[in-house]
Parts: sequence; C-alpha cells; structure tokens
Amino acid sequence: MSTVLGIPTQALFGQLLIGLINGSFYAMLSLGLSVIFGLLNIINFAHGAQYMMGAFAAYFLLQWAGLGYWWALVVAPLVVGLIGVVLERTMLKRLYALDHLYGLLLTFGLALVIQGLFRNQFGSSGLPYQIPPALTGGRNLGFMVLPNYRAWVVVFSLATCLVTWYVIERTKLGSYLRAATENPALVQAFGVNVPRMITLTYGFGVGLAALAGVLAAPIYQVNPLMGSDLIIVVFAVVVIGGMGSIAGSIVTGFTLGIVEGLTKVFYPEASNTVIFVIMALVLLVRPTGLFGRDK
Amino acid sequence: MVTASGTAPPVYETLTVSGRHQVIAFAVMVVLLGVAPFVVYPLFLMKALCFALFACAFNLLIGYVGLLSFGHAVFLGSAGYTSAYAAKTLGWPPELAIVSGTAVAAALGVVIGALAIRSKGIYFANITLALAQMIYFFCVQAKFTGGEDGIQAVPRGVLLGVLDLRNVLTMYFVVLAIFLAGFLLLYRTIHSPFGQVLKAVREHEPRAVSLGYSAERYKLMAFVLSATLSGLAGGTKAIVFQLASLTDVHWTMSGEVVLMTLLGGLGTVFGPVVGAFIVISLENYLAQLGAWVTVVQGIIFVICVLTFRRGVIGELSRLLRKPL
Repeated sequence: MSTVLGIPTQALFGQLLIGLINGSFYAMLSLGLSVIFGLLNIINFAHGAQYMMGAFAAYFLLQWAGLGYWWALVVAPLVVGLIGVVLERTMLKRLYALDHLYGLLLTFGLALVIQGLFRNQFGSSGLPYQIPPALTGGRNLGFMVLPNYRAWVVVFSLATCLVTWYVIERTKLGSYLRAATENPALVQAFGVNVPRMITLTYGFGVGLAALAGVLAAPIYQVNPLMGSDLIIVVFAVVVIGGMGSIAGSIVTGFTLGIVEGLTKVFYPEASNTVIFVIMALVLLVRPTGLFGRDK
Repeated sequence: MVTASGTAPPVYETLTVSGRHQVIAFAVMVVLLGVAPFVVYPLFLMKALCFALFACAFNLLIGYVGLLSFGHAVFLGSAGYTSAYAAKTLGWPPELAIVSGTAVAAALGVVIGALAIRSKGIYFANITLALAQMIYFFCVQAKFTGGEDGIQAVPRGVLLGVLDLRNVLTMYFVVLAIFLAGFLLLYRTIHSPFGQVLKAVREHEPRAVSLGYSAERYKLMAFVLSATLSGLAGGTKAIVFQLASLTDVHWTMSGEVVLMTLLGGLGTVFGPVVGAFIVISLENYLAQLGAWVTVVQGIIFVICVLTFRRGVIGELSRLLRKPL
C-alpha cells in the first residue's frame, strides 16, 4: 500500500472526501446565513433547525406522498422556505426597528421550539433515508473508491453555490439586493419593494438550508438534532469568511471542510476544535474575517 | 451592526439611580431567602441561587455594557470542573476548591474577552459562542473531566475547617452568603464611577473614547468580572450538587442564562434573580416531560422578544416608576 507522509493514501483520500462533503454543507449553510445577514442584519440561529426540517421534509414526502429523492430536492426547499417566509412576515418583521440582537434571540427561541417538537415526536435516534437508486454504488478511481452519492453532493452543492453567487453578484436582481444591503431607504425610493425583497431573501436563505438538509438525509440519516451542533461550526465558518460576504462563505466553507478532514488524518484529537482555533487566529489578525469589510 | 450612535434604540432602559426602594427590595429578598429553606426544598433553592448569581453576572455585560455573550456557560462549566477536580482528586477543602474554580474562570475570561471584545453586537455573540464551543470540545476530550460521565461524587467537605457542608442547611446558608456577596459586588460595581463609564461606553462609545476613556479596557474589565462571578456560581454549584458535567459547558446553558436574564429584565438589578427562579422552577416542574422543556423555553423566548422585552422586573419597575 502506498503512503504519503506515513499515512496510507486510502485513509488520506477517504478523509479528504469526508472533509469535502462536510465542506459542501458548511458552504451551503454559511452561504444562506450570509445572504440573510447581508440584507436583514440578523444571525439566523434557526438555520440549523431549518436544515433539519429540510431533511424531515424529504422523509415525509417519501412516507406520506411516495415522492422520492428527486422530488424532495425541489419540494422540500420550497415548503421550508415558505415556512421561513411566514416566520419573517409574522415575527421577524416586528423586530427590524429594534436592536439586531433581538433577531438573534427570536430565532434562537424558534430553534429551541422546532428542535424540541421534532425530538418529542421522533426521538433522538436517526431515521434512515435511502440513497436514490440512480446514485448508488461507486466508481474505482484507482487510488480509492468514490461513492457516487458523495460525488453528487459535492458537485451539486458547488453548483448551487456558484449559481447563487452569479445571481447575486452578476445579475440585475442581484444588484437590487446588493443595493438594498447598502442602503435600503434609497432603493425603496427608486420604487423597489424592499420589504418584499427582505421576505423573499429570508425565504431563499431558509430554502438553501433545507436543500442542504435533503442532500444530507441519505448520508447522516434524518435526525431532529442533526443541525443543532453543526450550526455553531457554521457560525465559526461565517466569522472566518467575513459576515455577509457571499464568495467568502463559499470559499471558507469548502476550505475549512478540507482542513478539518486533513486534521482528522494528521492529528485526530484536534479535529473538532480546529475550525474554532482557526477562527481565533483569524480574529487576532483580521477582526472582520478573511473576506469581510467593515460595515 | 449595532452602533452606539446607530438608529436602533437600545436593548435596555435603565434607570440606575440607587434609592431607598432598592434597599427595601433587597431587604425583602434577604428575608425571603432566609426563611425559604424552612418552607421549600433547600436543594432546589441552592440550584436557583447558583443560577441567579450566574444570571446577575451575565446581566452585567448585556444590561450595562450592551454586550450579548453567547458563551457564558464556559465560565460556569470550567469553574465547576476545576472545583470538582480540586475537591475530589486533589482533596482540597471546599473554600479552596471554589476559589480555584473562580480563578480558572477569570483566566478564561481574560483570554476569551481579549479575543472577542474588539467586536460588537452580533459579531460579539457569534465569536463568544464559537470560542465557548471550542472549550466544550476540549472538555469532552480532556481526561480530567471524565468525558460523558463528568466528575461525580465530589465531597462537600468542611468549609474553613468549621462549617460541615454535608448538613443541608449549613450548605444552604453558605450558598446564600456567596450569592449575596456576588450580588452586592455587582450592585456596587453598577453604581460606582466604573459602572458609569461602562454605561457611557454602552450609550455612545466614540464619545466615551473622546473623553479619554479606553473603551476596550473598560469592556474587558467588565467581561472578566462577569466571567469571574459566573465561575464563582459554577464552582459553588459543583460543590452543592457534588457533580460537574458537560451540561454546564454546553451552549444550551449559555442560551438558558440569556433566557433567565431576558425574562427577569435586562439591565435591572433584581431581574436576573427573578428570571433564574422562574426558569429553574419551570425546569423542575416540567422535568418529567422530557424535550417539552426546550419547547416551553423556546416559546418563552419568542414571547419575551416579541411582546415582553422589559421582562418581569422591568415591567414592574415601569409600573412603580422606580428602578429595581
């Protein structure tokens, strides 16, 4: 068996792949958080719960309606995103005039309620969700076996991130969004319906979380607590990338996933903490994050 | 982002002139707590007192400096582990165990505070949360914390070689004394010139800086004081319950102390105490219902944020037109 720096290549590439998978989820979740933060100026603490709801939506669609994975990929983000829209219209909207910390506290409370309700109903052990038939199996790359579904997750999330980046940074719709982030009052004065834009943006961010949840369902199973600790890692990713930076959250998401995977190979004890350590180091040098600007 | 001069109105409405009614309220609280152990289960009271001190320490930051720390469980939990380890493995007497736990929390407060204090508002909350999660993982992996089991069967010992803490009432009055000492220290701090500077920094940081106050130094000192007293609460709690576990370091505990303070009233002197008693009673009452506790806590959060932002004591003090 061949080795790199005394580590079997099989293990090295295996962990790299796991890192890349985790990175895909970090990137998608921190992207959603960044989009929401940019326009609403709140940290959506319910993001982890909404990610979990996406996975459960896929599970329900299969159990109750017989709709499989491909349907879930479309329907689950729409349904959960719609729930997000309702939350924004009924609750978050009332807090915009107040200190932004209240948005954080409200979404924290919502996360507790959602996770508590699901845990009451489904316990804390996971429910299985099958990989769709078209993506089962794997291919032998010579140095390792690459499971098809995992390759799909990486490619699909990368594509989602790039499309989102393109829409926000390169299209007219995105320019409205960026303008509203800079100066909502002025954009409103030009005749853009900013409150509706805020609602849709929140719904979109929540939908992204749900989409990540559907992608995660066949890998991590469907579990009420699947998002509760993950979201804190994602917060750290967002701080490292610079809050509100679209490209920053995508790049740091994937990179930190890989760094975490490599840490598992070379120094497993630190694999849980490495992202937080990096965050502390980044803060010492650049308090606004790697890609962040002073706002 | 929350700026001192920004458009968003402040989280807190504080009137901080100390007056006779606060002395009366304090006397009422002391009498109630003095009589309570003869009426109510003392172990419950001790738990509530430890959390009340924790919430008061937390309130110093959110209420008087305007900083929301979402990682305060770290100070409670790390002090708990240190005190439990000192009392059990090293065989130290309880006073030294609690002091050592408090010292560790203070040291952590210096490190975490120095890293986080440069940021404000949501950034500050996010950074404290992430740093706290790092320490949580450290506690999960470190040998001396006992991992999932925690440190169990910690001896209560004999305080100062005189007071036998195995007696429940003795233990209770020691906890009460510790709580009152912490409470008075915080009260003194809030009403001192130092506290006035903190409030000045909260209201308008650039102006405070232009008057020659080093805002960062003041904020850091407040952060360390808050961490230290949280540690005092954690160390005491470990001795009372003879247990230090991962629950106390987890971020859900950080959320719980936010809830206590918010429910009682941010930036009020007595609010965190009332909030802690309500939340701990709720938990005791709902304990057999499992995950419903989280649901109820979440609902209280949502209601408080949407319609009850002053909290119990905040509303009361508005009705009485007196700061409490």
